Amino acid sequence: MWKTRIWALLLLIIGAGIGYFIYASEPKLHEGKTVNGQAFAEKFPFRLGLDLSGGVQLVYQADVTSVKPGEVKNAMDSLRDVIERRVNTFGVSEPIVQIEEKGGITGPVEERLLVELPGITDVKNAVAMIGQTPKLEFMTERSKAEIDAYNKAIEKLQADQEAGKPLNVPAVVLSGPYQPTELNGRFLERAVLEFDQTTREPIVSIVFNKQGSDLFAELTKANVGRTIAIYLDREMGNSEPISAPVVREAILGGKAQITGKFTAIEAKTLVGRLNSGALPVDKLELLSTQTISAPLGAQALTAGIWAGVWGLVIVAVFLVLWYRLPGLVSVVALAIYVVMMLTLFKFFGVTLTAAGIAGFILSIGMAVDANILIFERTKEELRKGHGVHEAIREGFARAWTSIRDSNISSIITAVILFWFGTSLIKGFALTFGIGVIVSMLTAISISRTLLFALPFSGHGSFVRALFGSGFIKLK
Amino acid sequence: MFIVTYRKIFFTISIIAIAISFYAMATKGFNAGIDFKGGSIIEVSYLPVGASAQVGDKQRPDIETLTKALNETGFEGSRIQMAGENDVIVKTRALSEEDRQKLTSTIAFSGFTMEEKKFSSIGPTIGAELRTKAWYAIALVILGIVLFIAYAFRHVSEPIPSWKYGMITTATLLHDIIVPAGVFVWLGKEVDSLFVIALLAIMGLSVHDTIVVFDRIRENLKLKISNDFATTVGTSLRQTFTRSINTSVTTMLVLGTLYFFGPTSTKDFSLILWLGIAVGTYSSVFIASPLLVLMEKRQAR
Repeated sequence: MWKTRIWALLLLIIGAGIGYFIYASEPKLHEGKTVNGQAFAEKFPFRLGLDLSGGVQLVYQADVTSVKPGEVKNAMDSLRDVIERRVNTFGVSEPIVQIEEKGGITGPVEERLLVELPGITDVKNAVAMIGQTPKLEFMTERSKAEIDAYNKAIEKLQADQEAGKPLNVPAVVLSGPYQPTELNGRFLERAVLEFDQTTREPIVSIVFNKQGSDLFAELTKANVGRTIAIYLDREMGNSEPISAPVVREAILGGKAQITGKFTAIEAKTLVGRLNSGALPVDKLELLSTQTISAPLGAQALTAGIWAGVWGLVIVAVFLVLWYRLPGLVSVVALAIYVVMMLTLFKFFGVTLTAAGIAGFILSIGMAVDANILIFERTKEELRKGHGVHEAIREGFARAWTSIRDSNISSIITAVILFWFGTSLIKGFALTFGIGVIVSMLTAISISRTLLFALPFSGHGSFVRALFGSGFIKLK
Repeated sequence: MFIVTYRKIFFTISIIAIAISFYAMATKGFNAGIDFKGGSIIEVSYLPVGASAQVGDKQRPDIETLTKALNETGFEGSRIQMAGENDVIVKTRALSEEDRQKLTSTIAFSGFTMEEKKFSSIGPTIGAELRTKAWYAIALVILGIVLFIAYAFRHVSEPIPSWKYGMITTATLLHDIIVPAGVFVWLGKEVDSLFVIALLAIMGLSVHDTIVVFDRIRENLKLKISNDFATTVGTSLRQTFTRSINTSVTTMLVLGTLYFFGPTSTKDFSLILWLGIAVGTYSSVFIASPLLVLMEKRQAR
């Protein structure tokens, strides 16, 4: 008996703790005032889908017909990398750039690229930047005097920034320490990842075409001992070179090697970036666009939250009125269920969409169902003349097979939906599926422990009234 | 139990409901949303400016003005819909980025500021793909559930074999999606991805309900509460009746709040789920179990 009560107390404390975590993690809940543990809790914000946060979603189809079958994955990876670099220049928080392979069962395999830009609604600009052909440029160092002037200007800017003075960026900084040359990605035949025969260190080999070889020979001849910077999408705001190797000697054959202290992964990324300048994927076709303005998203979010709150209140009122004491217990269990779910969403970064919230709200219905099954069963056992504790124990045991089998069928549905679905359907399937599983556990463990911890047992008419339900009077 | 005794009445009601639903689908046809057939939808919000911003003045351009402007710029056949006080929704073919800019400039009129609230364009490829997927998903869910029920009831073979429980569950499940779908078509609502999710969720819930009743029958068969199958089924129904009603009532209350307070995008979704649960509860009590009795009677003959 006391053991159960300690467990029950522990459950309540944990529940309250999780509840507090949710409270602390959402500044809106405590109206901007700082509360204990806020800094930690705020590290886990809800991740909102585009339909709630507002933003742009673009789906592109990549034409990979001229890419060799074995190299499609690499080509798509470097394409993703290039687009991600561009998207990062938008200054969007948490953009998503993801490869989707479509088909297989329903048709030929198609390579898609999904781009999500939360908070951005300027489709025009986004489409223009993403759809552009990647541009690879080879640039050489400016004259000594110009570089000195550049470095000085940078130092002055840094000093100004520290002093808090208004920043005035001079032209010499904007043009950078490198100057353009005629050599660019069109002259690059390919870049490959190799390993040094003796040291086993990764090497990036680049091969130029005929015309490129001549240009490269000229550049290297003129720049021995200095660096040649390679830029990708410089005009789109990527102001750092992807690589800036030092020229050791003039290279005449059009084949060069970039060596250095990079890991195999860094080298692979560089190869991908160099190759993307040589265009591995022919064409990006925009398949679908979706934009949702931020106010509209916020409106949907507020509506979703209120629907959830009202749903819970109405269900709680119903449970208490109909099932009395056990009803009250199940309301507590339901509250713990809700904060547990919200915490899971936060910890696992589940993307919440309007459909996802609907799935969650629907799972509240499932959570209640398990409780109703148990209480109805308990009531039957009470009618048979069992004492309260025995009736509860029997009620749980007998309701279990129903709860298990019926929830398994819901889980089957959720799994198939998740496996098959588009992002919209996945959002629903995920919250619904997690909800069904968690609700099954809370109904069994939490409601049960709390009920057994109650100081009621025996056959008194008051106790029986507390455990009765609806309009039926237990004899 | 009266439900078992008067089963023919309930069978007839359901058969008529299904027939009407099929009739609705055949005559009115599905009104496919843009995610299934491809196309674009744009929602804009107008605000009158300057002199026309007086109280009582019109809040947005009227349909004639919009239609004329759209027809002149090559967006013939667009559907225009007014929403709220200031909003206009235009549905048209799938648009490229250039087309989209052309469309927004077409529907921008002097005297109003216009804000683009929502835009989606879905190419026909994705539309066709989603349609195929929807069918696959429905078929897979049905298959998964039949197999699961046949497995869960494998120890129950008297008086009717376990696969028949599976068959009946499937029949009620089809019943539960056909009727709400028919109502939806009748109302002229749009059939989109969310509609399919709703149907699939209804299937899950319908089975959920049916299993609870069947589980009680399974238990009562083991306890041998009666030699007569019809009586066993009737008793089981009576025992699970309150639960069926209460669960459905709570779920329908929850969905009701989703409908009334929830986001606009999930309104139709909660409506069809609401219908589905109502129909699903009805079928699990008034159709599924009486069907078991019918099967048993057929078998005995």
